[in-house]
Amino acid sequence: MADEVVLLDYWISPYAMRLRIALALKGIEYERKEEELNNKSPLLLQSNPVHKKVPVLIHNGKPICESVVALQYIDEVWNDKAPLFPSDPYLRSQAKFWADYVDKKISSFARKLWSGAKGEEMEVVKKDLFDCLRLLEGELGDKPFFGGETLGLVDLALLPFASWFSVHDKFGTFSLEAECPKIPPWVKRCFQMESVSESVPSPDQLYDYVVKMRNSRQE
Amino acid sequence: MGEEVKLFGVWGSPFSRRVEMALKLKGVEYEYFEEDLQNKSDLLLKYNPVHKKIPVLLHKGKPIAESAVILEYIDETWKGFPLLPKDPYQRATARFWARFVEEKCMPALFNCTVAEDRKKAVEEAHETLKLLENELKDKKFFGGEDIGFVDIVADFIGGYWLRDIQEIVGLELLTKEKFPKLCEWSDEFVNHAVIKECLPPRDKLFAFFRTRFGSKS
Repeated sequence: MADEVVLLDYWISPYAMRLRIALALKGIEYERKEEELNNKSPLLLQSNPVHKKVPVLIHNGKPICESVVALQYIDEVWNDKAPLFPSDPYLRSQAKFWADYVDKKISSFARKLWSGAKGEEMEVVKKDLFDCLRLLEGELGDKPFFGGETLGLVDLALLPFASWFSVHDKFGTFSLEAECPKIPPWVKRCFQMESVSESVPSPDQLYDYVVKMRNSRQE
Repeated sequence: MGEEVKLFGVWGSPFSRRVEMALKLKGVEYEYFEEDLQNKSDLLLKYNPVHKKIPVLLHKGKPIAESAVILEYIDETWKGFPLLPKDPYQRATARFWARFVEEKCMPALFNCTVAEDRKKAVEEAHETLKLLENELKDKKFFGGEDIGFVDIVADFIGGYWLRDIQEIVGLELLTKEKFPKLCEWSDEFVNHAVIKECLPPRDKLFAFFRTRFGSKS
């Protein structure tokens, strides 16, 4: 009996990116359906009536919403390769703690950075962001990835946001390398993996997208 | 002594009470340390340097913070009385609703106590409760025949916290007219043999909220 896996997606959503990477790491074949956020499909509204948001993973017709919930589901069902969570309960709890930290803290900075905050306000956002990224650097330590030798939950949770921060780097809003020197090499290592580079846009591609959007708004 | 389980909590916090519920349901012995949030202990700051909050569970000297993370750790470590179902899809459903309670219901309910547009805040809170009521359907508990993960995470709603706040502040949030199933569930929750041992003392909680929110005028 073949598995039917559908992903209701939006290509630049950091939450959707997490799932695309996970599905690629596990070698799961799936159908990707790109949603238009101002014209949501009936399938999306039906599959996620509570939040009406992407991503939604639909496995054999059954929808799973919320990216970290879906990541846990993927890891439990396709448990034959590329474990996303450690097997030890304590280490698993720590991974969940840091993924929760990314969701609570990092995601709000991502929003604020793009909100057009200026001057003093922007400086505060940047400082808070770097404090949080430094904590995460501490958690990374000398490991190649948060998951150790391979990508794990925290890598997947943070990478899409870190990719977007790299775009700010290119715009000269700040220097990630100066403030959080472990983060850019970690981002680069992640993108060296095919499961990542083939699933999500690179910082360069995101940068090009933003430039294009800004230019088209300027007429 | 045994497995050495310690819990740092606060008597009135639904977050630390959740952890106590899980430990008691599984028959795990633990040592409890009451924290003073105005004067946090060195141990708490050492064990939860990131958020500096309760609850923190210490197991064999290793700390875990964030109540939902702690609950899952407890469920994986002590097998008796499972909190999450076995089936991955049912587990995903339980985790989804636990998040919904934490990220949507509770903030919406709290907001009613501070919002300028109270009518709008109450409407929004009702919308979240309606979704919960629909999810409960005709089950005795969210976990089915007995308490489960979602019931515990929803302790603020099922226990005396919400009832007391809505009475003191003068809000109509969880009412029998609008949410008959949730009210019935709430009664089952507070009368459950183990849960009732884990709830904060009623009078003390009511007095605390009266001081915090003032009396209606």
